[in-house]
Amino acid sequence: MGRIADRFAQLRGRGERALIPFLTAGDPNLPTTEALVLAMAEAGADLIEVGVPFSDPSAEGPTIQRSSERALRSGTTLRGVLKLIQNLRPKVEQPLVLMGYANVFLAMGERNFAAAAKEVGVDGVITVDLPPEEGQLFFDSLIESGIDPILLASPTTPESRMEMLVERARGFLYYVSLTGVTGARKEMAAGLEEAVSKIREISGIPVCVGFGISTPEQVAEVGRFADGAVVWSALVDLIEAAETPGPAVISVSEFVAKLKGALR
Amino acid sequence: MKVAEIPGHFGEYGGRYVPEVLIAALQELEEAYPKISQSGEFRAELDGLLATYAGRPTALTFARRMTDDLGGAKIYLKREDLAHTGAHKINNVVGQCLLARYMGKRRVIAETGAGQHGVATATACALLDLECEVYMGEEDIERQALNVFRMELLGARVNPVSSGSKTLKDAINEAMRDWATNIRNTYYCIGSVMGPHPYPTIVRDFQRVIGIEARQQMLDVEGRLPDVLIACVGGGSNAMGLFHPFIEDEGVQMIGVEAAGEGLESGRHGAALSAGSSGVLHGMRSLVLSDDDGQIFEAHSVSAGLDYPGVGPEHAYLRDSGRATYETADDESALDSFVYLSRMEGIIPALESAHAVAYARTIAPGLARDAIVLINLSGRGDKDAPQVRDLLAARKSGSH
Ligand SMILES: Cc1ncc(COP(=O)(O)O)c(C=O)c1O
Repeated sequence: MGRIADRFAQLRGRGERALIPFLTAGDPNLPTTEALVLAMAEAGADLIEVGVPFSDPSAEGPTIQRSSERALRSGTTLRGVLKLIQNLRPKVEQPLVLMGYANVFLAMGERNFAAAAKEVGVDGVITVDLPPEEGQLFFDSLIESGIDPILLASPTTPESRMEMLVERARGFLYYVSLTGVTGARKEMAAGLEEAVSKIREISGIPVCVGFGISTPEQVAEVGRFADGAVVWSALVDLIEAAETPGPAVISVSEFVAKLKGALR
Repeated sequence: MKVAEIPGHFGEYGGRYVPEVLIAALQELEEAYPKISQSGEFRAELDGLLATYAGRPTALTFARRMTDDLGGAKIYLKREDLAHTGAHKINNVVGQCLLARYMGKRRVIAETGAGQHGVATATACALLDLECEVYMGEEDIERQALNVFRMELLGARVNPVSSGSKTLKDAINEAMRDWATNIRNTYYCIGSVMGPHPYPTIVRDFQRVIGIEARQQMLDVEGRLPDVLIACVGGGSNAMGLFHPFIEDEGVQMIGVEAAGEGLESGRHGAALSAGSSGVLHGMRSLVLSDDDGQIFEAHSVSAGLDYPGVGPEHAYLRDSGRATYETADDESALDSFVYLSRMEGIIPALESAHAVAYARTIAPGLARDAIVLINLSGRGDKDAPQVRDLLAARKSGSH
C-alpha cells in the first residue's frame, strides 16, 4: 500500500478526516515553502499538496494566480520543486502530493518525470488539465513508479464518467465542490453532500473536497460527509498578508491547527 | 472498463486538455454541433446571413500591378477584407453565435487580442440578440481603445484582464475561467482554430467557406486551380479556412506565414510552427512557445492578431505530414508590404494579411509567368492605420 492509502486507512481507523493544506511552491520562495510545509506537518496536516506554478493557470482564481506569479518571479521550476520534495522527504512523514498543469510535467517527458518524482519521494500527482483520456502514458508511468495519479471530479461530471474516474483514480478522488475556479467562498456549494454520497455508493475510494473551502466551520461541514478537505486560497491569503516569512510560518501553522481541530 | 479515446485528434495534436469541470460542456457541444449544423434549417439560416449580412461571397481580385511589378506568377487576392467588420472573423462568429442560439445559450463570451474577434462577436450577438461579454488584456485595452469603444457601442461588455502578461493568452485563460463558472448558460465563442475539441473543427468548418468560394472562383476565372496558396497564421483560422477545401488537390501547394516579429533568433516572435515545441496550452496539444521548464512565452508581433504563443492543432499536423509548409515574415517586411499593397492595388491590408503579402513577394518573382499564387487577404488595414502611421514616422526619424 502506498503512503496515501496508509494514511486514509489510519484516519478511518481513528474516525478522523483528513486535512489537506495546499501551498504554491516558491511563493514567495522555495526556502519559505520548505519552512511552511514543515510547520504544517507539525501543526496537524494529514497530507500536504504542493502546487507547481504555471504561467497560464486557467483553473485558478485571482488569489492563486497572484501566488503563481510570485512563485515564477522567484525562479521556481519543476526541478526546483522536486529538489524541495527531496529536502522535505526525510523530515515529513505525511504523504506529499504535487499539483500542476500538463505542460510543465510533460515538458520533462512522461517517463522522466515519473522516475524523478519517485526518486525524491513524491506520493501522488494531480494534473489540472489532463483528463484520463489524454493522459494514459502519463498515468501509466506514474503507476509503474508507485505514484498515485489523483483525479478530479466536478459537479458537472456525468454519472457514467464518474464510474470511469473512480476506477482510474488512485489514492483519493479530489472532488471540486463547485463549478468555477479556486478561491475562498463565503457559502458552501449546494448539493455537495449528496454529490459525495453518490460517489460513495459506487466506490470505496476516499473522497476529498476542495475549491472554495476557507474556514474551520466549512472544514467541519465537509468532514461530516467526506474523507478530507483541501484548503489552498485561504493559506495563500495568510502568506500574502505576512510581510516576511517568519510571521507567515506562525500564522499558517496556527491556522492549520485550527482547521485540523475542526476535523477531530 | 476501457477509456474511450477522444475524437478530435490530428495525429498527436488536438484533443481535450481541460479541467474536469469543462468536460461535460465540451461533450454537449460535440453532440449538438453535428446535429444542428447539418440540419436544413440551420444551414439555410446561416447561408442567408452570410449572403445578406456578412457580404459573401467575397470577391476574388486579380492583382494586376503587383503581378507586373514582381514579374513572375500571376497573383490573386481572396478579399476577406470586404466581409462585414473587415475580416474573415465574421464567418466564424456568425456560425458559432447561431449555434449558441440553437443550443439555447443566451450568453456568449469571447476572448480578444487586438479586438477584431471581440468586435466580430459583439456584432453577431447584436444581430442575434445575445448577451455578450468579451475578455481583453489590460495592455491590449490600452493599445486598442477604439475597438473597446466599438464593442461597447455594439452592446457588449468588455472585461479587463490583469493577470499574467495582460494580453491575448491571458484573456483566453480568463474566458475559460468564466466558462467554468457559468457553464450551464454560457457559450464560449473561440476566435480561431484552437482550443479543446471540438473547437478546432467547428471554427475550421465555419471558415471553410473562404476556400470553397476561392476554389470555384479560380475555376471560373482561370479554368484551373492555383499552384500556391498563401495565408498568414496566428491561431490559424483564415489559413485553415482557405487550405482545407484544397487538401485533396495534391498539385496545390499550401504555405502558412507566421510572424517572425523582431526575428526568430531574437526570441521575440509569434512563430509556434516554425520555432515552437509540442506542448499543452488552452485545452489543446499543439506546437507552442514554451521554455524547457514548460512555461509559456509571451509572443511578439507588430500585428496583434498574430501575437499568440500557440497555433491550431490541425496546422501542426499539416506541418508534420508535409502537406502544408510554414514560413515567416518579420515586422519590417510586413510594414513594407502594408504600404506596398496600398500603393499597388489600392487595398490597405490588415497588418496580419501583410505578412502573407510579404512572403508572396519573396517567391512570386521566381515562379513561371503562368503559375498562379492565391493570397488570402484576411482583413483590411483601417484598424492598423494609426499604428502604422506612428511606426513609419519613427522609421523616418530613425534614419536621419
Ligand atoms: C485580419 C486578421 N487576419 C488574421 C488574423 C489571425 O488569426 P487567424 O490565424 O486565426 O486567421 C487576425 C486575428 O485577429 C486578423 O484580424
